Amino acid sequence: MMRRFDQDIIVSLISEGSRVLDLGCGNGDLLIKLKEHGVSDIRGVEIDDRCIAVCVRKGLTVFHGDIDEGLEDYDDASFDYIVLNQTLQVVHKPTLVIKEMLRVGNKAIVSFPNFGYFRIRWYILTKGQMPKVEFLPRDWYDTPNIHLSTISDFEVFCRTRNIAIEQLIGLRSCVTGKTVKRFQNLLAQVGIFVITSERDISN
Amino acid sequence: MYVVDAIPRTQHYTFDALKLDCGRTLSSVQVAYETYGQLNAAKDNAIMLLHALSGSAHAGFVNDKGEQGWWYDFIGPGKALDTERYFIICSNVLGGCSGSTGPGSIDPATGRPYGLSFPVITVGDMVRAQKCLIDGLGIETLLAVVGGSIGGMQALQWAVDYPDIVRSAVILAAANRLSAQGIAFNEVGRQAIMADPCWQNGDYYDGTPPRTGLALARMIGHITYLSEESMHEKFGRALKGVDGYRYGFFEDFEVESYLHYKGNRFVERFDANSYLYITKAMDYFDLPDLASIKSKMFIISFSSDWLFPSARLKALVRSLRRKRIDVTYCEVQSSRGHDAFLLEVAPLTDLISGFLENAGR
Repeated sequence: MMRRFDQDIIVSLISEGSRVLDLGCGNGDLLIKLKEHGVSDIRGVEIDDRCIAVCVRKGLTVFHGDIDEGLEDYDDASFDYIVLNQTLQVVHKPTLVIKEMLRVGNKAIVSFPNFGYFRIRWYILTKGQMPKVEFLPRDWYDTPNIHLSTISDFEVFCRTRNIAIEQLIGLRSCVTGKTVKRFQNLLAQVGIFVITSERDISN
Repeated sequence: MYVVDAIPRTQHYTFDALKLDCGRTLSSVQVAYETYGQLNAAKDNAIMLLHALSGSAHAGFVNDKGEQGWWYDFIGPGKALDTERYFIICSNVLGGCSGSTGPGSIDPATGRPYGLSFPVITVGDMVRAQKCLIDGLGIETLLAVVGGSIGGMQALQWAVDYPDIVRSAVILAAANRLSAQGIAFNEVGRQAIMADPCWQNGDYYDGTPPRTGLALARMIGHITYLSEESMHEKFGRALKGVDGYRYGFFEDFEVESYLHYKGNRFVERFDANSYLYITKAMDYFDLPDLASIKSKMFIISFSSDWLFPSARLKALVRSLRRKRIDVTYCEVQSSRGHDAFLLEVAPLTDLISGFLENAGR
């Protein structure tokens, strides 16, 4: 199986002993990596019942549910980190989901494929068609991705909603795991954000 | 290894007294039970299986009467409750009529069946009786408690009352309280029994039991165990043995015939008073305080179950999670209504066996 460098980076951002909730945890690969990393208080939410069965067999604590319904079951600040790894683009209500993540978690880690990546731009420019690249391989009519965005889009999204970006990691390639520090919106395939609620100092 | 399916035998465990939630004490209590598999040397592989309203201790394999257990597909080598790995105990509930003390048992004080002089029992009382049983068997920890419907209520009660004994709990199609709708259906069933002239205020053991009333209660119950979809699939508007309508109050439709069959079969094996007591225990069941739980919890709902809808089970999950209890939840897609916990063998086997593998960790 292909090494998931995005997962490795997310694991490296989380300190041992943290309480972590992974939204859209799939087969629980990230949760297992976190467990191996020494993070014990980990939970997942997943919509696909087959994935739930896989997670259960791995001994993970998971909830079968739809994150678009919000996280109303969870108390404020009940986790240190809420992770949304490669899932933002498939949710129906990104604003609600991000808002809820920042309510329930002290910090949120959001990663998504960067639609501003130069090869995607080039694809559209030269072919005039919806791009198909290795990290976005599906046809437009066959993709679960309904809210694709760029790193720059997400920065604007955060700025206009009083969300502080603590950290942005641009992953140059999911295959090699190389990161990129400059021109991330152009050169990164995946953007990984660590965000928090900005305290409203005007009051 | 060549494994011969053992023929399970119902055994009986008796003890002197059981203090009940209603304040009374029941004397000379008997609990009927069956076991499957072997208790290991460390005594840490025992699973307590809890049956639903009409179940019995006979949960697995085929007994000497040729009857399959009520969870036959889930118990045995390689099945959800793997008898090569686990020691499974299933007992008939207190108040039941399949070998455990219930309203049809002889009251030692009078030498006659209890009838309505039998004290009203609760799910907590049922669990306390089961605890006496495992004490008697020398079992100090349970790897898991597993049950569906009122069996799931018992599993939850176990986790609340005995947090240091229960390491994990699998709760199928049950919540921490019965809904108003559930109470309503139970009451209609009870009224059907009590309206039967043969019921005689519960004192019918010397004469004819209230068969009509109990069959009617079962028919009502059975409707709640199915879903609109499953009834449509199973029966549709099909007619039973006739080409057209007979224009009378006959069993024209398959679904009518099926309900009558279910009702009539039920009265052969079930006591009407037990039906009253067990449904009442369900109605009274309400566990708002779950904070004592230390077990790993696994809650499973079924998408077409309208007796215990997913929303109710999710509310239970929410309460557990608020207490930071380790709880996993899955909704199994099924068209088979409440009965799905007896029928959805493949997905449940996958989920339950997977969960049990990690239950002891």
